[in-house]
Amino acid sequence: MIFPVLKASSYILIHTPDTLKHYGSTQVTTRAKDSHDDYLKQLNRHLRDFKQVVNYAPNQCYIGNLLPDQLTEINQPWYAEANLLEGKRFGELGELMPEDEFYGLVKHVDSFDLVKLTAAFTKQVQEKLAEHPIFSQQNLALGAGNELSEIKQLLAEQDAAPLYFKDQLVGCIKRAHESDENLNSHVMLENLMAKASAYLAIINLQAKSGVDLSTVEYVVECSEEACGDINQRGGGNFAKAIAESAGCINATGVDMRSFCAGPTHALVNSAALVKAGVYKNVLVVAGGSVAKLGMNGKDHVKKEMPVLEDVLGGFAALITANDGLSPVIRTDVIGRHKVGTGSSPQAVISSLVTEPLDQNKLKLVDIDRYSVEMQNPEITKPAGAGNVPEANYKMIAALGVKRGDLEKKDLLDFVKKHGMPGFAPTQGHIPSGIPFLGHAIKMMADNTIEKAMIIGKGSLFLGRMTNQFDGVSFLLEKNSGTVAPEEGYNSEEVKRLFAAAMRKVADSLLGEGE
Amino acid sequence: MDLENQARIKELAEKHGPENLVVILGGAEAESSGLACETVTNGDPTYAGPLAGVQLGLACYHVLESEIKDEIEPEVYDEQISMMEMVLEVEEIIAETKKYREMYAKYQ
Repeated sequence: MIFPVLKASSYILIHTPDTLKHYGSTQVTTRAKDSHDDYLKQLNRHLRDFKQVVNYAPNQCYIGNLLPDQLTEINQPWYAEANLLEGKRFGELGELMPEDEFYGLVKHVDSFDLVKLTAAFTKQVQEKLAEHPIFSQQNLALGAGNELSEIKQLLAEQDAAPLYFKDQLVGCIKRAHESDENLNSHVMLENLMAKASAYLAIINLQAKSGVDLSTVEYVVECSEEACGDINQRGGGNFAKAIAESAGCINATGVDMRSFCAGPTHALVNSAALVKAGVYKNVLVVAGGSVAKLGMNGKDHVKKEMPVLEDVLGGFAALITANDGLSPVIRTDVIGRHKVGTGSSPQAVISSLVTEPLDQNKLKLVDIDRYSVEMQNPEITKPAGAGNVPEANYKMIAALGVKRGDLEKKDLLDFVKKHGMPGFAPTQGHIPSGIPFLGHAIKMMADNTIEKAMIIGKGSLFLGRMTNQFDGVSFLLEKNSGTVAPEEGYNSEEVKRLFAAAMRKVADSLLGEGE
Repeated sequence: MDLENQARIKELAEKHGPENLVVILGGAEAESSGLACETVTNGDPTYAGPLAGVQLGLACYHVLESEIKDEIEPEVYDEQISMMEMVLEVEEIIAETKKYREMYAKYQ
């Protein structure tokens, strides 16, 4: 069977401490309750500067400058001054961006003149982006900027959402409707930031892989945001909006959602579209979640550590027809959590991991690496959620022990050999399965690994429509180099003709016997 | 503990009487299991939810504790929980849950 391939992927992080303070859901709800809350007072002291964020090993791993195995070798806590690296802002697979430059991108992708930046700040951003390896070559639509007084007026009279940089007011985002709460300034800020971060991911994908964005035929967006108005709250369509900003002129697209499992669903669906021949090039993309900035900040402050959820995350991945080189997406090795699967961890892991492997006569140990929910454990452990990837690996191994695939004494060895440390920010959909795609492409090209299973899981019950949980998985495999049958020869067709001829012979023999 | 769940537990305790309720935890981690046990016995220690300052004193066990485990059909336990039993820090989880139960639970 000829499978579609994962041609390229990109990863971006945006350091957004001011957005965290003003728009992260934990901070917003705390402030609404008591604007003098102790946590809010202590927050500033726990925020990192851009350099610390660049030098933070998990971030370097996310943007492709460090393989997960190399991250394992670095002492923890990774945030401790002594364990910071000499990080690079630009990575093999993407980049880390500071908040001021990002506000420039938010302005650039704004189609309704909702984003207002002061003239002085606009000039500052323009100067910085002129030094940017990608954006220096592009003509960003930043305009001349506004007077600070105009921005203050929009804040006072029109419920605009203020934009701060290093605690200074530098702009605002206007509401897009007078009374529709789906278009209020806070929602517009969240959505424009999701759009701008997705845009940054695509631009990086283009810059790093050299792909011609005009060849993209379809874009699948898989963040956890919703855009729409009072009559269609989640009407969409981020995908097309992002495609337009990124210059994918021959594409349309669609938004795909399943909480954190969204990206894996999007990849499976995109692979299917390519395999079916509906489209040749499909781009999967997601921007970041403003609401989740500082989500576990209270626990981090309590534990006297930096508030590590200070970045928006984004990624993009390009699925194309088989090129004979890039890793193939095995559309015949797909796991899915079904409605009848149940919610016990055993049932979940069986449906996502062992069932698709069993169906294809593969063993647990045949998969070199499992990419699960790759949340950075330094973020989740202080909040009482434990080491999420490690727990997932232990569950896979324990299921192996129960099935007799592994000896109990080999459980931890399996975790070590087939697992990886978590390195992605807790942006929901961002850590779920997809952070390893870029590393997998590299490791397969280097012959370090041959097979990786990408697993996405989502907590559907949070939407209160069902108590169900969700998950989907697929196998990514090193390309064997077989692209397509020779022209004029189709093995399936030959088999069909041969079978038909044999049937004829059999029929005639039976006829003779009668 | 989730604010919504706190509200549901409070409501159930009011409706059926705290002496008639047993809370069974399924948390995968010791600290959060302890926190949940503390919440339904002594009240929400984070003072964020409906159980802040409400000492329900409910009987509260983790599903891995023998008091509960022994009540479950062995086949069901094997199918639903035994894999996780292999993975989790069972002793730590039980110790943490027990600590708060013994300190604050009014019912057994």
